[in-house]
Amino acid sequence: MSQVEAVRGWIDQRFPLTAMWKEHISEYYAPKNFNFWYYFGSLALLVLVLQILTGIFLTMNYKPDAANAFASVEYIMRDVSFGWLIRYMHSTGASMFFVVVYLHMFRALLYGSFRAPRELVWLVGLGIYLGLMAEAFMGYLLPWGQMSYWGAQVIVNLFSAVPFVGPDLSLWIRGDYVVSDATLNRFFAFHVIALPIVLLGLVVVHIIALHEVGSNNPDGVDIKKIKDPATGIPKDGIPFHPYYTVKDLVGVSVFLILFSAIIFFAPEMGGYFLEANNFIPADPLKTPEHIAPVWYFTPYYSILRAVPPLFGSQFPGVAAMGAAVVIFAALPWLDRSPVRSIRYKGPVFKRWLAAFVVVFVILGYLGIKPTGVWGTFPAGLPLLGGAPVATLVAQVCTLVYFAFFLLMPWYTARDTFKPVPERVTA
Amino acid sequence: MSQDQVDTSKRRFLLAATGAVGGVAAAGVAIPFVGSMLPSAKAKAAGAPIEVDVSKLEPGAQLTVEWRGKPVWIVRRTPEMIAQLDQNADKLSDPGSEAQQQPEYCKNKTRSLKPEYLVVVGVCTHLGCSPTFRADKGAADLGGDWPGGYYCPCHGSRFDLAGRVFKNVPAPVNLVVPPHRYVSDAVLLVGADSKES
Repeated sequence: MSQVEAVRGWIDQRFPLTAMWKEHISEYYAPKNFNFWYYFGSLALLVLVLQILTGIFLTMNYKPDAANAFASVEYIMRDVSFGWLIRYMHSTGASMFFVVVYLHMFRALLYGSFRAPRELVWLVGLGIYLGLMAEAFMGYLLPWGQMSYWGAQVIVNLFSAVPFVGPDLSLWIRGDYVVSDATLNRFFAFHVIALPIVLLGLVVVHIIALHEVGSNNPDGVDIKKIKDPATGIPKDGIPFHPYYTVKDLVGVSVFLILFSAIIFFAPEMGGYFLEANNFIPADPLKTPEHIAPVWYFTPYYSILRAVPPLFGSQFPGVAAMGAAVVIFAALPWLDRSPVRSIRYKGPVFKRWLAAFVVVFVILGYLGIKPTGVWGTFPAGLPLLGGAPVATLVAQVCTLVYFAFFLLMPWYTARDTFKPVPERVTA
Repeated sequence: MSQDQVDTSKRRFLLAATGAVGGVAAAGVAIPFVGSMLPSAKAKAAGAPIEVDVSKLEPGAQLTVEWRGKPVWIVRRTPEMIAQLDQNADKLSDPGSEAQQQPEYCKNKTRSLKPEYLVVVGVCTHLGCSPTFRADKGAADLGGDWPGGYYCPCHGSRFDLAGRVFKNVPAPVNLVVPPHRYVSDAVLLVGADSKES
């Protein structure tokens, strides 16, 4: 017995190291037909690690103080050795996190990965998504630029629209009558401690739940049904290591090339990753001409703007925006198709999914622009005269967005489907 | 009852009792943590009323002061501006100030204690942006028939020179009139009226 094995044996008697390695890595049997869409889980994990690492180093020079925050970020950018690189890695990482997570979620929509028995994998994943949104929102306040400040002002004010407790609730969130030093300090605490701990915990639960039920695949067939009688290993399964660790390394390499290209050549991404207004220090008495959230929130922001106030209250819009995010949780119980994967689903589902993607992108685009972006209807037009065109488009898109979910039990049950093979296809 | 037998109903009772007492303790412990996020004594002190000298304000001009970190606008309205307010009524969504956006003593035609002075919190009732003072009647970029007032650059809400919201804009209600009173002819106190202080 070599010394390495001796050490491993000593540890294994006290901690299930080898058993865990086998269960989650070397003897976790994943379907052999993973494709391009299966890169984004491991990439999300990579970005999470990058965000935590760069975040730790940013914290070394950042000052969570309304009087010093903006200057400390500029100090990091100009005077700290490699500070600009670490800061751009962190700001680009935030946007890329959402790119990766949106593609990861879309994969689940394509192949029905959210369906039984993976409901908990999906729900925990949605929890990660919500945690990520909170993390991104609070992190965006920290540079204390104009867009940081006014974005936070708008979002915290959304809570004032909650009936009865609204104004007290937003006062409690801010800790002051306006977004101020108190708000910045607490957002910092949530951003660097509270939410990362929650996110890490949820990621562990997400992976344990996934490994309990096994990964889905592009065919949506259950590989555990056909096992090798001698070994009990699924015939269509291959060990995660070395097969998928090596595959994921290719994905990581390509991703890091793109990631580096953004960091070194377009860290602001034309104002989409870092908005121009955020290079002006926060001024509580001067609202920027146009306030838009960062691109990853804009579909929901569009929905908020599209819903008109009811009984003098903003609450319907706020509720619609919240519902647009939370409604993903119902997916496992909304999809009534007998098959999981889009490969075997009928044309009706494919059209609805295409429509959903199109409206999500349009809503995202409109959320970046002022409501007047497409002009107004001619004044003489009945009902619509004078109303902004973009608002009407956003309203139609919002209806399609919700119809995709709410009508799903109806259209998936009636849709045609193709027979699903016993084994995965090549 | 022999010694080996488990008294399950007793166990259930003890479990429930321990859970309930523990829950009360947890709720009690939550109070200081939740409470610590409320505005501190310092923040509350900073939100105290402020005195403003309004006698030096030119007619038609606006003065912005800070109260509780929010902009408060004081406009010395000209007679033409006051006259214009009456003509706006049919374009407004709440011309009579029915919504509780002002103290009872400002629920009048000009939404003010003195018709000459407008005092409003300069925060849009839509999503908290600060609208722009646009007293330039008939401004081309605001549609030519612009009666003068406030334009919110965020989402296009419009208010007249009494802080009343126009129809068909995102803001649901009129601008907030803060509690205020005149200490003397020249000095205005923002943040407190005769009821308090």
